[in-house]
Amino acid sequence: MSKSERKPVYLDYAATTPADPRVAEKMMACLTMDGDFGNPASRSHVFGWKADDAVKEARGQVAALVNADPREIVFTSGATESDNLAIKGVAHFYKKKGKHIITCKTEHKAVLDTCRQLEREGYEITYLDVENSGFIDMKVLEDAIREETILISIMHVNNETGVVQDIAAIGELARSKGVIFHCDAAQSAGKVEIDLEKVKVDLMSFSAHKIYGPKGIGALYVRRKPRIRIEAQMHGGGHERGMRSGTLAVHQIVGMGEAFRVAKEELVVESERLLALRERLLKGFIDMEEIYINGDLSHHVPGLLNISFNFVEGESLIMALKDIAVSSGSACTSASLEPSYVLRALGREDELAHSSIRFSLGRFTTEADVDYTIKLVRDKVEKLRELSPLWEMYKDGVDLSKVQWAAH
Amino acid sequence: MAYSDKVMDHYENPRNVGSFDKDDQAVGTGMVGAPACGDVMKLQIKVSDDGVIEDAKFKTYGCGSAIASSSLLTEWVKGKTLQEASEIKNTELAEELALPPVKVHCSVLAEDAIKAAIDDYKSKSTAIVDAPEKAADAG
Repeated sequence: MSKSERKPVYLDYAATTPADPRVAEKMMACLTMDGDFGNPASRSHVFGWKADDAVKEARGQVAALVNADPREIVFTSGATESDNLAIKGVAHFYKKKGKHIITCKTEHKAVLDTCRQLEREGYEITYLDVENSGFIDMKVLEDAIREETILISIMHVNNETGVVQDIAAIGELARSKGVIFHCDAAQSAGKVEIDLEKVKVDLMSFSAHKIYGPKGIGALYVRRKPRIRIEAQMHGGGHERGMRSGTLAVHQIVGMGEAFRVAKEELVVESERLLALRERLLKGFIDMEEIYINGDLSHHVPGLLNISFNFVEGESLIMALKDIAVSSGSACTSASLEPSYVLRALGREDELAHSSIRFSLGRFTTEADVDYTIKLVRDKVEKLRELSPLWEMYKDGVDLSKVQWAAH
Repeated sequence: MAYSDKVMDHYENPRNVGSFDKDDQAVGTGMVGAPACGDVMKLQIKVSDDGVIEDAKFKTYGCGSAIASSSLLTEWVKGKTLQEASEIKNTELAEELALPPVKVHCSVLAEDAIKAAIDDYKSKSTAIVDAPEKAADAG
């Protein structure tokens, strides 16, 4: 395929992915009169039975990817809802036991904002710092656990840096202390191996659209042995064992199931391919001056690379890179004027957070895409540095940390 | 984010990029903003003996709107007297570039930059009047 056909090159797979054609096809078979359009809760006719069968199959496929029991899967509208259901659900159910929750500063907003809400309801939250590598210090986590601690919520793979937390170790610690462990796996399912028979995670959030399924559907894993209880946040017809009411969106669920099936089938081969592509990308940049890799690459999701190109502002770089689709930790790309809180939690100065670009590769990324990206980024960074007073000062040997800036 | 054609034009073909010797008596340098905020603008003017801005150069670290604001400003100040240049308002820059509300601060920064450059130039000439024997360094 020629390059011009593929422009702009999509390198923002951590934001969302296109649905795999196999997924789209299965979904389309669940919408119209001649398809499985029925309500799985209809017990009185074949339309309902067929829809129920389709959901059962999908539930099995989702469970299989993470080695769980299908009865442990609760379908939701996405990972944000799963995080809300897990955290509020545990907090409300176990509030007599305690009102202390531990999470981490680099969590997704779906976890952090849910915790903020619980603070308003009278819960106490500990927001753990991370090391500069992005990892949680297990000793710090252990010290944070108290008698009243009911829940630890730590993500598996960070969405900005790609760093993989040691959820096996966190699970062991949580279990030994009798604390429930919730893990947001929106960025890890289908990308790194997860075996819920082995790791002691009690609740795990999933999203379909991060792994080539549709948007608007996700799931929450709720462990049965030992049994974890949550209080429903959505009330109604008692669907999903009463944990999440609402008519099941069969086409969405079937799409998620197929996406998870394909992900399981291709995980090993695709991980290797993506890792090779990421190494190719990194190799293309590594000799550049003043670049900083954000997040430790030793325990890392294969397809993601977050780099700060010092002395170049992220949004202007993204403008210059309009032939590739990437995202930045710069303030200018967010609604607030703050640069990425995740990179700041890793100890990055504001200017390096402003200068960061996240490249996330995926199923349809090719070597040609990576090579094109390397060339484009190098050209544009050079051009913008020529335009940058900071680069000029750096080249003149000025210590920028000692300059008195006229902040506005 | 949708940028106006004018912003894109200045961003892709920035005018008057570069630096003058900041120690030159005829040069005024204004450096405003902070890296932590995501914008730093350096604007320099070269002023003739009769107080007219003969030339202007800039370097900007910042978003596309910040780069465009400073590029446009260098075009505008050339040929103006210091008095005229000091009267340029950020709203005029913002209007010309059709900046969205969240980017108006970039034009404010540009206005601050020209004011700072003029002040720097003036402080140098005052220093010469006060102490003609000493090389003034207000850079």
